[in-house]
Amino acid sequence: MRPILLQGHERSLTQIKFNAEGDLLFSASKDSVINVWYTHNGERLGTYEDHNGAVWTIDVDSQSRFLVSGSADNTMRLWSVQTGKCLYSWEFPTAVKRVAFSDDDEQVVCITEQRMGHQGAIRVFKINREGDESEEPISFFNPIGSKAVVCAFSYVPNLIITGHESGKVALFDYKTGEEVLNNERAHMDVVTDLQLSPDRTYFITSSKDKTARIHDTRTLMVIKTFSTETPLNSAALAIGKPYVLLGGGQDAMSVTTTSLRQGKFETRFWHKIFEEEVGRVKGHFGPVNTIAVSPKGDCYASGGEDGFVRVHHFDESYFRAKPYGDIEVEQ
Amino acid sequence: MAPNVIAHDDLEDDIDYSDIEAKYQVEYDEGLDNVVVVDGVPVIDESKAEKLLARVAKEFSKKGAPVKVDNMIIPWDEKTGKSRGFIVVEFKSPEDAAYAIGVMHGHPFDSKHRFSLNRFTDIERYANLDETYVEPEPEPYVQKEHLRSWLADPQGRDQYATYRGDEVEIHWHGKPSQCEVAHNRLNWTDLYVSWSPLGTYLASLHRPGVRLWGGASWSGLQRFAHPLVRLLDFSPNENYLVTWSHDPIVVPEGAQQGPQFFSPEDEGNNIAVWDIKTGNLLRTFPSVYPEGEDASKKQQLQWPALKWSPDDKYVARVTPGQQISVYELPSMGLVDKKSIKIEGVIDVEWCPLGDKDKEEEAKFAAGKSNKKPRENMLAYWTPEVANQPARVTLLQFPSRTILRQKNLFNVSECKLYWQNQGDFLCVKVDRHTKTKKSIFCNLEIFMVREKDYPVEVVELKDTVTDFSWEPKGERFAIVSTSDPNFGNPGPGITLKTDVSFYALERGKGDFKLLRSLPNRTSNTIRWSPKGRHVVLATVGSTTKSELEFWDLDFHHDDTGKREAHKDEWGSGIQHLGTGDHYAVTDAEWDPSGRYLATSASAWRHTIENGYAIWDFRGQELEKHILDRFKQFLWRPRPRTLLTKEQQRHIRRNLKEYSRQFDEEDAAEESNISAELIAQRKRLVDEWNAWRLHCKEELGTERGVVKKLKEPQEEEEEKEEIEVWIDEVIEQIEEELLE
Repeated sequence: MRPILLQGHERSLTQIKFNAEGDLLFSASKDSVINVWYTHNGERLGTYEDHNGAVWTIDVDSQSRFLVSGSADNTMRLWSVQTGKCLYSWEFPTAVKRVAFSDDDEQVVCITEQRMGHQGAIRVFKINREGDESEEPISFFNPIGSKAVVCAFSYVPNLIITGHESGKVALFDYKTGEEVLNNERAHMDVVTDLQLSPDRTYFITSSKDKTARIHDTRTLMVIKTFSTETPLNSAALAIGKPYVLLGGGQDAMSVTTTSLRQGKFETRFWHKIFEEEVGRVKGHFGPVNTIAVSPKGDCYASGGEDGFVRVHHFDESYFRAKPYGDIEVEQ
Repeated sequence: MAPNVIAHDDLEDDIDYSDIEAKYQVEYDEGLDNVVVVDGVPVIDESKAEKLLARVAKEFSKKGAPVKVDNMIIPWDEKTGKSRGFIVVEFKSPEDAAYAIGVMHGHPFDSKHRFSLNRFTDIERYANLDETYVEPEPEPYVQKEHLRSWLADPQGRDQYATYRGDEVEIHWHGKPSQCEVAHNRLNWTDLYVSWSPLGTYLASLHRPGVRLWGGASWSGLQRFAHPLVRLLDFSPNENYLVTWSHDPIVVPEGAQQGPQFFSPEDEGNNIAVWDIKTGNLLRTFPSVYPEGEDASKKQQLQWPALKWSPDDKYVARVTPGQQISVYELPSMGLVDKKSIKIEGVIDVEWCPLGDKDKEEEAKFAAGKSNKKPRENMLAYWTPEVANQPARVTLLQFPSRTILRQKNLFNVSECKLYWQNQGDFLCVKVDRHTKTKKSIFCNLEIFMVREKDYPVEVVELKDTVTDFSWEPKGERFAIVSTSDPNFGNPGPGITLKTDVSFYALERGKGDFKLLRSLPNRTSNTIRWSPKGRHVVLATVGSTTKSELEFWDLDFHHDDTGKREAHKDEWGSGIQHLGTGDHYAVTDAEWDPSGRYLATSASAWRHTIENGYAIWDFRGQELEKHILDRFKQFLWRPRPRTLLTKEQQRHIRRNLKEYSRQFDEEDAAEESNISAELIAQRKRLVDEWNAWRLHCKEELGTERGVVKKLKEPQEEEEEKEEIEVWIDEVIEQIEEELLE
């Protein structure tokens, strides 16, 4: 499995995303540029330049028409994937830490940072697919308690899943702004990533408490736990195979004082059901900040603190191998 | 036992408070403690009373127990009008009374009379004593647990102890399916744990002292009250224990007395020798530091400070620069009442007893053989002093005859290494050149079993950092270095080293290089306790952590016949495998020589603490990364009880046994895998059931949504696109001739 190294960023990666077909890869970085790449050969297709600060988060809709991004310049922008033009820009009092499309592509949720006397806020916008957007969110609320850091739409209408700094995972009804359900003890430390299964009925979270967990979207019950020995920055669900991919490593600030071997900058493959580690992929020389799996299941990419994106196309043997014999696992 | 000695006892299930209760029971003050009855006073008339009392008072004050005449009462016999031969004396305080009893009891008053003093309260108590003799209840005999029960494990597994956080665990180690925790306990020790050399006892260290544990239930066996104990050392046959505390012994007022406790004579000493079976204190010593170093320099204590002879009969204590004192056990008296005066002596080592010696001794003791077993032997060295050369001496003990002495020049340091069978003694001599700038190394090998003790010299150009004999073998391995960084350790510096193997060349009787492995970073040699296999490890380095597994007799079957090296010299050395345990701090073979354990202890650093177990080929069998992991210790085994004949028989039939084991393994494996497969199937089924449930729910949820959008979607689904594609595949122009 020889990776394709994408060297288009000058600073560390913050989030990467495949489009629905898995042929395009979007990458956001602290260098304020968003790149889009061809997955199959790693050629850069284009950039989305307009942000004035680190881009913390991106998401692309299911038709690869729109891209939404959130940045430290306190704006959320909507882009045309095809032309690279910024279609609209929303301005907030604080930085945007997370954005996500709903499954019908009609709504976008965003989390803004709690800073400078402003509370952390969750807003939901309706995306008018014609291009003239309304400035006013259809919903706006401030979650009480520990601040939200990651979020996504659940499969139940009007419900948003959030991950919090305290390790809490919660469900919010954005119509009312009420917390419908929560699991205070989902993690013991800040939740760093949240990725949904294709049908959004379960999701995986990673945390600085060195574990990743699979939760049931409806009940927020922890279904599986993956305990590693390093703080985790990202967790993704493999498609078509019963694995999860975990990435992390020492904190960026303590990296220079630790050796490569000790940093644990590998992407780990764990068996989704047996909760055992099955393999590791090395390569980054800094912590892995973000992992994404192609919706087709034929490749995955990881973005690191080192500023590189590594795209791995799985070998034939990955699909053929049955390390646990013939078992049928539902996706 | 005093309650302050058993602070850790509260961990035990049923706590016996009776001793504490007895000690702290409130004593009812009867107000008569200062009253003493003096018996043996002459019987007198009333007229002489005053005279007598004055005389008695004088006698008392002579001995320092002054008493006033007014405080003495003479009881009178009403009938005869004479005194009854005793008087009652009241003292100022109970302490004065106690003192008076001490000095005046048995005091001769005159030729006929002798005082006997008793407390008034005692008289009452003794008077009320029941006269009938009651047979004491014989204590029921309680069968003690077998201290070596772990050896009777049907699967022949070994044990090891781990200490992590506050928890000590005893594990069984065997085939993967047979590994389990045998016992665990929180706060079992305050400092660390230690096995006795034959594995019978587990010692734990606490503020009040040392405690030994053993048997299948790990009950407390013995206590040694040495406050603030820090180090301990067992004698080779587990009969005695030596403890050391940095703080000198203090015997506080009112401390318990008895053979098991320190007495005032022990005050100020640091080292204590105990008898393990009885728990009695045998003797205490002050700790001695190497002399000649100024007090400001941090002094390094030599441990073990007392060197035991291999048969537990003697123990030697070196007073650096002056003498070796050898004490006899169990009396702990100085042998022949005098020490061996050796000017400048630095270090001493006893010659270990080989299997052969032990057999001979057993035979001799049983009267089957007239051949006297080899006498104990010790080796010591003295540095160059004035015009005297440095000297290594072999001394027989207790006869004190010098067997062999060798003079050495330009010596800066010597180290004594006995081969574990007592066949060879290697003296590693660090020598300096005339200018004293560089250091090189000589190995002086004494062939102890041969006549006149010939000495073989191996000269090396580099500095030797580690030396190790092959157990029961004629080979040794050394780590040498010529790295310029040697001597100035810095963070992140790993020394480049060479590892060399040497073997005795039988015919010539000298040691010859077998093979040298250059350009390593290994700094530690670990021979398997059975010999043949050796592991080279890079320990304590931040960048390297390699483990190399080597076999020195690769071409031999392990059938016990070690034929003379017919094949080429050194060709049997084979690299078996390489492992890597990041940040390893310790490596130890299990007693059977089949497994190696490596650990990264939190005492050294806090990176990836934990332990791993490898087989002798370098395959990692298990690895546990555990925060705050501190200690890993294999439980030692005592010497085998099988005779040579039986061992040979087993070796000869190895194939038979191995088949049996293979069958067992195969059965086991299928068993495990069946279990594992079932477990996995259960997990997968659970998951699938949950997913199905989710999908159903999702279906209903989506159904609701769909209804809203239905017409639109139906249309979309029905949309069919037909595309006709015309493609020109080939165009050929042909000229047709008419």
